[in-house]
Amino acid sequence: MQFAFGGVRPALTLLIGVAIMVAALGFALVIGETRIPLADIWAVLRIEAGYPAREVNPIDHGILWSYRLPRAIIALSCGASLALSGVVLQALLRNPLSDPYILGLSAGASTGAVAVAILGFGAGALSLSGGAFIGAMLAFGFVAWLARMARGNSAQATSSLALLLAGVAGAQLFHALTALIIAKSADANQARGIMFWMMGNLSGSRWPDVYLAVPITLIGSAIIFLHFRALDAMTFGREAAQSMGIRTGLVMGVLISTTALLTAVMVSMTGAIGFVGLVVPHAMRFLVGVGHLRLIPATALAGGIFLILADIVARMLIPGQTLPIGVVTALVGAPAFAIILVRSSRAHSG
Amino acid sequence: MRIQADNISKSISGKPILRDVSLSIEAGQSLALIGPNGSGKSTLLRVIAGLLAADSGHITIGGDRVDRLPRRKLAQRLGFVTQEAGTTDAIPVREAVKLGRTPWLSFATPFGAKDRDIVEAAMQQMAIESYKNKLFNALSGGEKQRVHIARVLAQTPQAFLLDEPTNHLDIRHQIAIMDWVKAQQGTVALALHDLNHAFACDRVAVLNAGQLAAFGTPTDVLVPEIIAPVFQVGVRQSRTPHVDHPILTFAKESFTTYP
Repeated sequence: MQFAFGGVRPALTLLIGVAIMVAALGFALVIGETRIPLADIWAVLRIEAGYPAREVNPIDHGILWSYRLPRAIIALSCGASLALSGVVLQALLRNPLSDPYILGLSAGASTGAVAVAILGFGAGALSLSGGAFIGAMLAFGFVAWLARMARGNSAQATSSLALLLAGVAGAQLFHALTALIIAKSADANQARGIMFWMMGNLSGSRWPDVYLAVPITLIGSAIIFLHFRALDAMTFGREAAQSMGIRTGLVMGVLISTTALLTAVMVSMTGAIGFVGLVVPHAMRFLVGVGHLRLIPATALAGGIFLILADIVARMLIPGQTLPIGVVTALVGAPAFAIILVRSSRAHSG
Repeated sequence: MRIQADNISKSISGKPILRDVSLSIEAGQSLALIGPNGSGKSTLLRVIAGLLAADSGHITIGGDRVDRLPRRKLAQRLGFVTQEAGTTDAIPVREAVKLGRTPWLSFATPFGAKDRDIVEAAMQQMAIESYKNKLFNALSGGEKQRVHIARVLAQTPQAFLLDEPTNHLDIRHQIAIMDWVKAQQGTVALALHDLNHAFACDRVAVLNAGQLAAFGTPTDVLVPEIIAPVFQVGVRQSRTPHVDHPILTFAKESFTTYP
C-alpha cells in the first residue's frame, strides 16, 4: 500500500522535506557535549559569512564552525549519496535488497582507500577517493560476474539470491584483502585508526572534506535524476526497458559508475556506513510511491536527514563516548533488511 | 508497417538457434510463429525487436534496418510484449501502463494531457480500468498480461511483437487476446503454442530447429502434412459448425497411423 503523500502536490512535499532537513541540521549543531544555543549558531553563521553579529565564546565558535557544521554537512552528503546509490542499484539490478554495502561496493572502496593510504598504491598520483573508486568498481565487477555465473538460466527468484550471495562473497573477499594490507603493512597506530574508520565514522570530517563531498553529491544526484525515466522503465526488466527505447547498456554503465563514485568518495571520508541505501529508499517508496521522478529527490533528502539524526544518536547514546555511526545505522538497518527479505520472498512465492 | 527478415542466422553460446530465416509481414497483417519448444520462436522475435543482434542477415521495419535505428525511434515504431515480465516494485496498474509512453517523453516533452488520454484509451481497450489503482503484483496472470498489452498499446507503435501472450491464461482470456490480434490495425507478430489460435492470423510461419519449415496462409500451413512431422505427433483436421476455420486435434501416435 502507498501512503497519502503520493497525492500531495510534489512541490509541497519537497518543501516539507527541505524544512525537515534544515531542522535536522540545526538540531545537529545545537546538540553535543557542549550545548550551543540557537542564537549563538545564528551569530557564528553571520560572522563567518562576513555580516556583523554579536560576539560568541571562541571555544563554542570553534566547535561549531570547525567540527559540528562540517560534520553535519558530511552526514547530509553521505546519507544522500548512499541512499541514492541504493535506489539506483535496486532499480537496475531489480533486487529490493541491493545497496552499496550489501553488494560489497563499500568493502571494495575500503580496500582501495587502504591500499592508497598504507601501500602507497598509485604512487601519490591517486587520491584516497580515487583508490576507493577503483576498489568499488572492481568489487562491483567481481560481484556481478559471480552472480551471473551462479545464476545461469534460472528464474528471477534464484537470481536475487545469487546476487546477494555474490555480494556476501565479494564483501568478505575485499574485507580480507583490507585486513591483509593492514596486518602486513600498517603500524599499530595506523591499524587502530583504520579499524575505527572502517566501522563508519564521521569524527574526522573537516571543511576540505565538505569541498569534495558536496560537489560530488550534487553532480551524482543530478546524473541520477536525469535518468529517472530510464530507472522507471527498468520496472519490468531490462528487455522491457530496451523495447521502450532505453539504451540499457549505456544507462547501466553511467549509473553504476556514478553509484561507485558516490560510494567511494563517501567511504574514503567516513568509512563504510551500512544499510542507509537499503532503509531509506524503501521508506520513501512507501511515502511517495515507486516513480523515480519523486523517489530520487525524496530519497536524497531523507538519506541526508537519516544520517544527520543517526550521527546525533551516535554522539549522544553513551555519554562521554561517540559510537561509530555504522553501529547506529546497522541497528536500524538489520531489522529493516529482515523485513524486506521476508516481504520480497513472499512477493516471489505469491 | 512492413517487417522483413532477410537470411537471419543467430547462435547463442555456440549453439545455432536460427538458421537462414527469411520472411515478411505486410503492413497491417498478423503473423503467427509456431514451432516446438526450442525451435527459435522467441529468439526470432527478439532479433526482430532489436533486442538481440543477428549473426548474419538483417531485419527491416518500414524500410529501415532495425540495427541502424536509434533505440528510441525503434520503440516508437515497434512494441514488444515479453513473456511474463514481473516486478518486485509496488507499482499501481495505471503507472505501469504509463511507462509505455517512455519513448515519446523527454525533459522538453513531459507527460501531458495527450499522453494521459492515450493511457486511458489503452486501459479501456484492454478492459483494465476497473483495477487501474490496484497494485500490479496483486493481479492474476491474465490481468497482468492485459496490463502489459495495454502498456505496449500506450506506446502507440505501428507494429506489435508478442511472445506467447496466451500462456497461462484461461480460455476466455486466450480468446480475448486473439480477438484483439484480429482487430488490430497495426502489424502483429506473435509466438503461439496453441496451433488452433494461429487460424486467427493472416500468415503462419513454422519454425523447426531454427529453420523456417513452412510459411503461408493458415489454411495452407496448418495441415497435417506440415504440422505432424514438425511436432512429431499425429494430427487430424476437422470442422465444427460453430467455428469458421478447421480444427486441429492431436494424438501421440505417428501421424501415418492416425485416421
